Amino acid sequence: MKTRKMRHKRLKCNDVAFNLINHFVFIIITLICFYPFYYMIINTVSANDLSANGSIRFLPKSIHFDNYTQVLAINGLMRAALISIGRTVIGTACTVLASAFLGYVFTQEKMWHRRFWYRFFIITMYFNAGLIPMFITMKTLHLTNTFWVYIIPVIIQPFNIILVKTYIESMPRSLQEAAEIDGAGIFTVFGKIILPTAKPILATVAIFSAVGQWNSFQDTLIYVTEQKLYSLQYLLYTYINQASSLAAMVRNNGVSAVSAVALASQQTPTSIRMTVSVIVVLPILFVYPMFQQFFVKGIMIGSVKG
Amino acid sequence: MKESVSGKASKRTLQSRRLFYCILPFIILSFLFSYFPLHGWIYAFYDYKPPLKLSQCDFVGWKWFETLFANKTQVAQIFQVMKNTLAMSLLGMLTSVFPIGFAIFLNEIKCKWFKSLVQTLTALPNFISWVLVYSVAFSLFTDGGLVNTLLQNMGLITTPIKFLDSDAHIYSWMTLWNVWKGLGWGAILYLAAIAGIDSELYEAARVDGANRFCLMKEITLPSLMPTFFVLLMMSVANFLNNGMDQYFVFQNSFNKEHIQVLDLYVYNVGMTGSSLSLATAISMLKSIISLILLTIVNILSKKTRGESII
Repeated sequence: MKTRKMRHKRLKCNDVAFNLINHFVFIIITLICFYPFYYMIINTVSANDLSANGSIRFLPKSIHFDNYTQVLAINGLMRAALISIGRTVIGTACTVLASAFLGYVFTQEKMWHRRFWYRFFIITMYFNAGLIPMFITMKTLHLTNTFWVYIIPVIIQPFNIILVKTYIESMPRSLQEAAEIDGAGIFTVFGKIILPTAKPILATVAIFSAVGQWNSFQDTLIYVTEQKLYSLQYLLYTYINQASSLAAMVRNNGVSAVSAVALASQQTPTSIRMTVSVIVVLPILFVYPMFQQFFVKGIMIGSVKG
Repeated sequence: MKESVSGKASKRTLQSRRLFYCILPFIILSFLFSYFPLHGWIYAFYDYKPPLKLSQCDFVGWKWFETLFANKTQVAQIFQVMKNTLAMSLLGMLTSVFPIGFAIFLNEIKCKWFKSLVQTLTALPNFISWVLVYSVAFSLFTDGGLVNTLLQNMGLITTPIKFLDSDAHIYSWMTLWNVWKGLGWGAILYLAAIAGIDSELYEAARVDGANRFCLMKEITLPSLMPTFFVLLMMSVANFLNNGMDQYFVFQNSFNKEHIQVLDLYVYNVGMTGSSLSLATAISMLKSIISLILLTIVNILSKKTRGESII
């Protein structure tokens, strides 16, 4: 009796130890994942001379927001932000509408050679022509150095079509049929019935494509040479590589007159790089936790079907 | 009577055609950006010099494919690039077991808010671009960055370690960033699979006297294997496709030799380097090999699991 009790106690002990270690390990992992973002944010709002010698680690010191006002004054940054916002909004809208419509049409069994055309779209997931042929194609189509190179080539996303089609197939058919009997055409059914009822999956598609658009960087690198079409991501990349010349530029702009006080808010390469990084990452930081459920739903359906 | 039947039938074909016309614009889009670019492969058989038109350039046949294997320095370079590609892919596969461990152990945590907080924060890096990852790396690991100042303050090193401008350990370094970016997000899929396990299984095992680790090993782990298998198969099929974003942003003149994976090599040769045609030839070979790999993997999967992955 006594030994049994002791054994039980030891087990309990083991359990507690395991729980403690487990929690501890996950706290460490979480810190490793999140701390870099925190580090960048506190450094952009702290005195720049302190942050330049690496003494801002846990809490911001002598908080100021000059970095943001000055960086936003950099030539071309506002423009790049507009380009990024524009491509995210327009690109997402186009992709969502196209995926929704195609997903819906492919549930219509009466469509002419439905199977063939469905495969025509889906199979494009599994091959690609490669970088240079894509570049040549964009050139032939006169899309290089236009805003539309960010939008038109990515409208069709086979994976999204699969997601929407799977979702619509799982919905009850009766509403659609009722509307069709009432004489509604496909566009009416699509707009009045499919779009509202498929909202959850469309939100998933939207959020995936918005993050993709916001983060996209390669297309600017390859198809765009004109500075006024640079996206925020691309601008950030160039800033990382030439932040020192940039800091000089901001200083010469005379945004902050050189004085004893100004040292704390004077731009350094580090401060510019970090400030732009924070500007680029903030939308993701805010959007992602709110829409996490949609992302998860997306990969769930995708993993079942894909 | 007969007329109305045929009328109905013709109405049906009319409708089915109309559906087709509705998606015709999208078919054209898909054709333009997925099928039409394949015509670019003919550039691999010409000596293409950009300002000129293709018709003004020389047809060289298989020359570019031959130079890939003819010239000694070229062979050495290709060999190095292939080595980098395979090393990164292999390391990626090896580290793809981490999300499983992450999910299994996170599942053992009963505190709900802690669990979801961990999930949200660890998945975050997946949603930032590689440019931002590079910016993070830059902030933490440059000469005056956090890690170097910390190490110097502690007196462990006297001169800053060059993490970014060095060729050493580039494979592990890249893999680490990959893990940092993908771990939490990769685990979400497995966590969802765990949530789907019948809780009666656990109850029954517990009654039989199984302890916690037994449950983890005998019930949770096996139930994640199908998902893991599919993902592993996909990564085999994508062996040559590491993508170029990551390696492009981390690339510099110090680490170029070991960071150049196939995708980056194609970019470097084609867009900044010697020849568009040579780059096309390489990427054409890559696409074809990838397609063959995918087919093989798919057949294997069908044979072993009775289910195709595509």
